[in-house]
Amino acid sequence: MDMQPIVRVRKLNAWFGAAHAVKNVSLEVEPHSVTAIIGPSGCGKSTFIRCLNRLHEEVPDARAHGEVFLGDTNIYGEGIDPVVIRRKIGMVFQKPNPFPAASVFDNVAAGLKLAGIRKKALLMERVERSLRHAALWDEVKAKLGSPGMSLSGGQLQRLCIARALAVEPSVLLMDEPTSALDPIATKKIEELIVNLRKEVTIIIVTHNMQQAARISDRTAFLLLGELIEFGATSEIFTVPKEKQTEAYITGKFG
Amino acid sequence: MALDMVAQRCILPFRRLLKRKGDPFQMCWPRIDPLFSFTLKVIALGVFAFLALIAFFLFYSAWPAILRFGWEFLRTSTWDPVKEIFGALPVIYGTVISSLFAVAIAAPLSVGIALFLNELSPRKIATPIGFLVEMLAAIPSVVYGLWGIFVLAPWLGDVVQPFLGKWLGALPLFQGPPYGVGMLAAIIILAIMITPTISSISKEVFQAIPRSDREAALALGATRWEMMKLSVLGRARAGIFGAVILGLGRALGETMAVTMVIGNRSEISASLFAPGQTMASVIANEYAEATSDLHVAALAEIGLVLFGVTFLINAIARLIIWKVAQVKVTR
Ligand SMILES: Nc1ncnc2c1ncn2[C@@H]1O[C@H](COP(=O)(O)OP(=O)(O)OP(=O)(O)O)[C@@H](O)[C@H]1O
Ligand SMILES: [Mg+2]
Repeated sequence: MDMQPIVRVRKLNAWFGAAHAVKNVSLEVEPHSVTAIIGPSGCGKSTFIRCLNRLHEEVPDARAHGEVFLGDTNIYGEGIDPVVIRRKIGMVFQKPNPFPAASVFDNVAAGLKLAGIRKKALLMERVERSLRHAALWDEVKAKLGSPGMSLSGGQLQRLCIARALAVEPSVLLMDEPTSALDPIATKKIEELIVNLRKEVTIIIVTHNMQQAARISDRTAFLLLGELIEFGATSEIFTVPKEKQTEAYITGKFG
Repeated sequence: MALDMVAQRCILPFRRLLKRKGDPFQMCWPRIDPLFSFTLKVIALGVFAFLALIAFFLFYSAWPAILRFGWEFLRTSTWDPVKEIFGALPVIYGTVISSLFAVAIAAPLSVGIALFLNELSPRKIATPIGFLVEMLAAIPSVVYGLWGIFVLAPWLGDVVQPFLGKWLGALPLFQGPPYGVGMLAAIIILAIMITPTISSISKEVFQAIPRSDREAALALGATRWEMMKLSVLGRARAGIFGAVILGLGRALGETMAVTMVIGNRSEISASLFAPGQTMASVIANEYAEATSDLHVAALAEIGLVLFGVTFLINAIARLIIWKVAQVKVTR
């Protein structure tokens, strides 16, 4: 397939104060693919994907430098409003973080309302569609009005996925979305991710290498903020080119 | 963080005491050094005893007035030490009106300050400004009073009240001669004095909201204001309410500064320009000169009412704040 990459990262660097957390990372992501980011704790995975929707800079003293193209737009280009970028690039966090005071419906509709959509019928249609995409519709259709917080952990995470999908982003960033969930909820979300690539391009951070192997097309291995290896998942996990990658995936790592 | 500490200091031990069965102290502080636990018991019981003693003393002193006037004391408006007729309605009215208006001004101002410091301004600016606001709480009440007499009241009388009278004179609130000294001056001083209380507690409430809640909104493409509405204010509502009630409690009991600027006339007037009196100010003003036993008793009864009301208001505020802190702990 000869497709234009949807995300192109070029020489991306990120700092927390003086600490250099992401070092000169470049990679390209194809549309409708699932890309896994793996690496030991503290290697900069979260920092890296938080640079992709310009959320990193919201941390006090944090800054990022480099180029990230979404389609033809450099999101770090001059005059680019991060708010607009974040509407096109959704994010799901490690711990489900629904709006605590809002109902199930309002949680999913929040992004739409931010985008200025007010028509009830349209909101309803979009909320239902995203809940279906997040494989949550059947479980919550009878209680759209009850508080979001009344759902279970796994449901909450799917609610957050639905919330991110509602604004129809072209890219969905996920930072260890299943690490707080039990195996059954995890399996549900993994299936969901595989199905979702029809709708969006997914970049997912995971600590779980089986998960990366199960759901991703390509895998990036980060170590101490540097991109060590990036390639097809099948190759990374069977015939890694780099010694460090092999050490990490075989569990021989320090 | 800080909220937990506020909660722990103020209310947690009492809540546990009330809720648990059996020996409350055994349940509260299990498995700690017996000497330490004994000391804690003594301190806790001491505080209780002290509060009870104050209430008892007030009640005892007020007894002649309670016997003489009954409920009429709270319902009538004549306050005449010479004829020994005492009705507390004007001072109750003065206390309620001055405090409520002060809170109405201070609450939005304080929440705005807390939002600005916590959500908008860079830390380099937020720290010194936050410090300055907290320093407002450190200024002695009498200094506020002096400022009120020499600066605020003349300015109100010369500039603000004529202006308000001219444009809003149709409202009874803004009618009458512009004295400067009076209810309006008391309201403004009170508003300034309770602003640090409300804003610093609101700030702590905001700080207790996890970053991930804010990021939920930001990642959806919320602007800073939208983020505040979605993630901060929605979440902090109960805590802000607690902070406001605490500020109200402070305003109700504030004495010195109010006494100095309110004009001290025991009359109910619809106008904020008119002089008035509060429960606290009438006690401060008259206690030293009260000669007849009944006058002293009447002042003590006002003290009793004030004690009861502020105790209740503060207890409610602490409970609310405690609940907010508790939510954070369990999440
Ligand atoms: N808020 C922060 N302030 C300062 N340094 C930070 C902050 N967050 C992360 N770091 C540092 O940046 C580096 C990268 O952190 P990051 O969270 O991106 O790692 P990670 O790969 O996501 O780790 P994990 O797998 O544990 O989530 C780490 O060395 C970490 O200590
Ligand atoms: Mg991480």
